[in-house]
Amino acid sequence: MNRVFLRLFKAIDAAGDWYDRQRGDGFALYGLVFTLFVVAIVLGLFTYVSIAGFPRLGTRFFTGFASRIPEQAGILPAFLGTLWVMALVFLISFPLGVAAGIHLERYVSQRRLARLLEVNITNLAGIPSIVYGLLGLQFFVRGLALGESILAASLTLSMMVLPLVIVATREALRMVPGSVTEAAYALGATKWQTIWYHALPLAFPGIISGVLLAVTRAIGEAAPLLVIGAVAFVPFVPASVFDYFTVLPVQIFFWATKPQSSFLINASAAILVLLALTLLLNLLAVRIRERWHKRIES
Amino acid sequence: MRRPAEKLIEGLLGLSSLFTLLLTFTVIGVLMYNAWGFFEVIGLGEFLTGTRWTPFFENPAFGMWPLLTGTLLTALIAMFTALPLGLLISIYLSEYANATWRNVARPALDLLSAIPTVVYGFLALVFVTPALQYFFPALERFNALSPGLVMGFMILPIITSISEDAMRAVPANLREAAFAMGASRWQVAWRVVLPSAFNGVTAAVILAFSRALGETMIVSIAAGQQPQLTFNPSVAIQTASSYIIQISLGDVDRSGLEYKTIFAVGLGLFLLTFALNNLSYWLRARFKQQQR
Amino acid sequence: MFKIEVRDVHFWYGNSEVLHRIDLSMAPKTVTALIGPSGCGKSTLLRVLNRMNELIPGSRLSGEVFIDGRSIYTPDVDVYELRKRVGMVFQKPNPFPKSIYENVAFGLRIKGINHRSFIDEKVERTLRQVFLWEEVKDKLHKPALALSGGQQQRLCIARALAVEPSILLMDEPASSLDPISTAKLEELIYELKQTYTIVLVTHNMQQASRTSDRTAFLYKGNLIEYADTATFFTNPSSQSTQDYITGRFRTEG
Repeated sequence: MNRVFLRLFKAIDAAGDWYDRQRGDGFALYGLVFTLFVVAIVLGLFTYVSIAGFPRLGTRFFTGFASRIPEQAGILPAFLGTLWVMALVFLISFPLGVAAGIHLERYVSQRRLARLLEVNITNLAGIPSIVYGLLGLQFFVRGLALGESILAASLTLSMMVLPLVIVATREALRMVPGSVTEAAYALGATKWQTIWYHALPLAFPGIISGVLLAVTRAIGEAAPLLVIGAVAFVPFVPASVFDYFTVLPVQIFFWATKPQSSFLINASAAILVLLALTLLLNLLAVRIRERWHKRIES
Repeated sequence: MRRPAEKLIEGLLGLSSLFTLLLTFTVIGVLMYNAWGFFEVIGLGEFLTGTRWTPFFENPAFGMWPLLTGTLLTALIAMFTALPLGLLISIYLSEYANATWRNVARPALDLLSAIPTVVYGFLALVFVTPALQYFFPALERFNALSPGLVMGFMILPIITSISEDAMRAVPANLREAAFAMGASRWQVAWRVVLPSAFNGVTAAVILAFSRALGETMIVSIAAGQQPQLTFNPSVAIQTASSYIIQISLGDVDRSGLEYKTIFAVGLGLFLLTFALNNLSYWLRARFKQQQR
Repeated sequence: MFKIEVRDVHFWYGNSEVLHRIDLSMAPKTVTALIGPSGCGKSTLLRVLNRMNELIPGSRLSGEVFIDGRSIYTPDVDVYELRKRVGMVFQKPNPFPKSIYENVAFGLRIKGINHRSFIDEKVERTLRQVFLWEEVKDKLHKPALALSGGQQQRLCIARALAVEPSILLMDEPASSLDPISTAKLEELIYELKQTYTIVLVTHNMQQASRTSDRTAFLYKGNLIEYADTATFFTNPSSQSTQDYITGRFRTEG
């Protein structure tokens, strides 16, 4: 086995070197081809989904409820469920994550404690999403008796994205120039005043961009919600955080796994809506971050 | 007046930090508590050594190996897809591409990880599997190959972004030394940069593997629900994560044994990914130290 | 015949000209020192000789450089083969994070040589050449980064020699070394001169006068003076050379 790998390694080495010597840096071309290959495959798949799903995107699709008849089924409850989750995850993970991020970055002075907390957050970020589902099922749904509700779902997803918010907060605070903090201290400001009036306003766009990315991640998740009991049929518009719920990814899952192939058209259409939403949030986050980088570096 | 308020705020901030520790303990606690109930009935021995996973049979068997092989199989297929592709792309981006190309390619690759996994699962089932069946008619409708390949694309950005960073962190003077001795650009990348960034690249690969092991939706949709002790990629299998989904979708008595099985399976998954994540973290920390 | 001939070379990074009309030739088996204030183009000139300058995007060259009578800037020249004939040693010792042995073997390995006993022999021979063999023969497979700075720099020279160049370019090789290591290095340069043509960039004028046969003074991309080292330091023909070597030099502006 080892010999095979060694041979393989040498072969790759020789091939790459040969390309480079044939024409100046010939591998550059191949690297480009590989990168474009990935991009092309992804674009191709999206075209496929778009063509499949586009005809379904009509008023009925956006205002309809789940139905046995594919042509009549719509995403209204799922779409609203996703909006609910989006808002709640933002409201829960933002204060909690930012507070923990500030504490870690500016208050923890003991090296060992800092290291423990840091390793812990890295670990939280690495836990598979489905395990967060198990946590939500036992702790929020049953332990706190929240039932299979929007609130339980949002809490579960907030726990899942919490490490993302904390890491983003820390990175944003680290970008704040030390001179700002020093100037504030020199004027007699307390530690918290320095953070609240000087560091946070400068770091804020960076933090918001991180929270947006975290929310994006949350609204794309289906696995933990299936575990805590998202349902396939929601025959009403959810009106409170204690209502039963479904969200777009869950709806897509149920449609994709139905035996009738005409539901695949519904799934494709719902995917287009979900992708539009996630890409929009993603672009927004990236734009905010880029503008902030430009400002803070000048 | 100011002092107590400051203390209060500091206390609240500290509590949210503490909360992250509590969260970890709660996750472990919840898993252990329910898994304990399962192991009391089944016994750790059967779970660890059994080769049959048949929870719905009259005479149920709870050996974890079929789920483990299913999980490993899909994750390994994903790695076989993502590793060569990811390595070549990161070498290209870090050693060959000019700034313009890099600034286009990196965000494009990162977008791959922003796509919801349920979308990948859908694509695996309705597009990739039929396409593969065209070439391999023996491929079943549900199989390990197609979700594995698709998962490879999902974890590709993890490999490219971390290993490209690691390669670019390799000091320029090492490259210069190799160039000055007549090494071609490829030899510089392959024999100097890659070995120097080895820890960073390995960390990326391990992290990606861990992500593949825990991935749920792609396998739930496209890999099937047959726990089989096999490494045949063309037949339906079941992974640990998709078993949890299968039970969650059914009407399960929440005081019964089936409910507890998902926590036992979840615990196994947690321990596996936990070990890998820490290995990856440790490697990255060592890499950073070496670069200093 | 000259080993290296530089004819009417101009060099640009983007729009700024860093070398202006350089003409100079170097005889085989001599040491030529390039001196001048920082930013004068001496390092650039060195890199023109093995085309390392091309690694920086947006750079441009006009004029010609001949090595062994053959132009190195014509399209048919294989730049990788050229660099194997022209070795280079850098300001800061930069051994690869590998073993001492693998550092020296690197040049052979990229040539596709994997013959074990051949490499063994070559490693020993080059390490002896740089007077490092006795110090490291028992720890050949230990990391090169564990060596002292002076040892690392000699290892880097050995690494360059293993490729069997006939020219050795040195870019301020002693700038990060202590005085004892520097003395050893200068001794080594003297020994290497028996076999190699050496071009040495230095900001240390004592070093230039001790080690070199000829010295060139560059200022703002221009070659101000190029003469026998003895003449150069005792009887320079240009006023600015005189000022520079006596320490009265002022950079304008």
